[in-house]
Amino acid sequence: MKAIISVTGKDNVGIIAGVSTICAEKGANILDITQSVLSEYFAMIMLADISELKIPFSEFVDILSEYGNSKNLQIQTMHEDIFNTMHHI
Amino acid sequence: MINTADILETINMIRQENLDIRTITMGISLLDCCSEDEGRLLTNIYDKITKNAENLVKTGEEIEKKYGIPIVNKRVSVTPVALIGGKHGRDTYVKIAQTLDRAADTLGINFIGGFSALVDKGFTKSSENLIASIPEALSITGKVCSSVNVASTKAGINMDAIRLMGKTIKETAFLTKDNYSIGCAKLVVFANVPQDNPFMAGAFHGIGEPECVINVGVSGPGVVSSAISRAGDCDLSQLADIIKKTAFKITRVGQLVASEAAERLGVPFGIVDLSLAPTPAIGDSVARILENMGLECCGAHGTTAALAMLNDAVKKGGVMASSHVGGLSGAFIPVSEDEGMIAAVANGSLSIEKLEAMTAVCSVGLDMIAIPGDTTEAVISGIIADEISIGVANTKTTAVRVIPAYGKKEGDTVEFGGLLGYAPVIKLNHNSPEKFISRGGRIPAPIHSLKN
Repeated sequence: MKAIISVTGKDNVGIIAGVSTICAEKGANILDITQSVLSEYFAMIMLADISELKIPFSEFVDILSEYGNSKNLQIQTMHEDIFNTMHHI
Repeated sequence: MINTADILETINMIRQENLDIRTITMGISLLDCCSEDEGRLLTNIYDKITKNAENLVKTGEEIEKKYGIPIVNKRVSVTPVALIGGKHGRDTYVKIAQTLDRAADTLGINFIGGFSALVDKGFTKSSENLIASIPEALSITGKVCSSVNVASTKAGINMDAIRLMGKTIKETAFLTKDNYSIGCAKLVVFANVPQDNPFMAGAFHGIGEPECVINVGVSGPGVVSSAISRAGDCDLSQLADIIKKTAFKITRVGQLVASEAAERLGVPFGIVDLSLAPTPAIGDSVARILENMGLECCGAHGTTAALAMLNDAVKKGGVMASSHVGGLSGAFIPVSEDEGMIAAVANGSLSIEKLEAMTAVCSVGLDMIAIPGDTTEAVISGIIADEISIGVANTKTTAVRVIPAYGKKEGDTVEFGGLLGYAPVIKLNHNSPEKFISRGGRIPAPIHSLKN
């Protein structure tokens, strides 16, 4: 089971570090990251394996989203199936 | 890894373009709840609904979290209540409505549908009793939705039922007059009613349906509208293609949510309703799609053609995305629930006659239209008869949900609140169809050869 974590917002120091720390603490294994900074806006998409997650997925979603709010970022964590079904036949 | 552009497209659809799952509706059969004892009948109904749908809201919320897509409504539809009332009288039907309302409160859902009767060929005693109870039932409950099927292509049009529904709508408007006659927003008159529709107010659990089933209605006018804007000055063949592709993506999400909900709840998956269901929110309007296709304002000449193309493309794209399609499937054009329609009625571009023409090529019918409070029963029946004939002659579903807002006249605004929105009171033709309507009887089923 994999999840896509998308992070957008104003660029700042330690965004990747913050999100990765939460992933590590909660047992999500980061598989891939793409990241870019357009003018001053930061956008990152992270693919994480959540099969070894130590907490329920919904809680993981909330923790990341709250972390995002505290750093003025929008963090959305979604199960990969929504992307697969929508874009692949 | 999944393509980054695809990921961003999906996130953008949800965050910026109001993509959502409009409803997960659990259909529950009440056929085994019948009892000669009123108390037992009511207990059976309450227990069956609250037991079957116990985890509906919780499951919906879990799926919402998992996929990051809003699931706006979780609802329940039940067997048309006229089929389970047995020998009980009108007062028992009112109590059944209260029981349904109580069950909806317990479950935490916002609407429960199925306070319905099927009278396309004629009335049974119980359907008469149910219809007689509708005005009171809708005035003392908040979440119960009612529908009456008065015609079908096979049986023709029951004009006695249409006359009766004109009266019933007026009475319901009067009994809920302190609240902009909102009772009428929960009452739909149908032709060729679908048995598996997940959308309110017309949802019920049809008689050929299994014990319990999950049906899902998708939405996404904003997504289609944005895709059309992005396409720029392409021709209509290309535009149809873009709409199809977008509808495909929207429906795939519906299918994903529907199968997951069915699995988690241990209930069979029924259908996905391929709909463009607008809300009063900016950027969630079907009228604005038509305008984006190139009309100055919804209601302009060309509107019916644009809507016909939109509706057809949505179906073509959606059908491939889902294993089972059903319900109303198509673009909805409820006036009060669509910001662009509201604006078009308010500026005089969209008339009830044009809306009627539009219903010939899209799903549903004259929906959520506020009409003057002093409209006579005969005129309301005339509106119903016209709309229903379109459905019967064209072998499609049509419906009427008009609100004769008590004390309001043409040009006034009626506020229903929430998803039901607000609407300017539309202009009607007040010449009387009284004599035609009062003839009663049945309009025979139409012939389906010699097509012209």
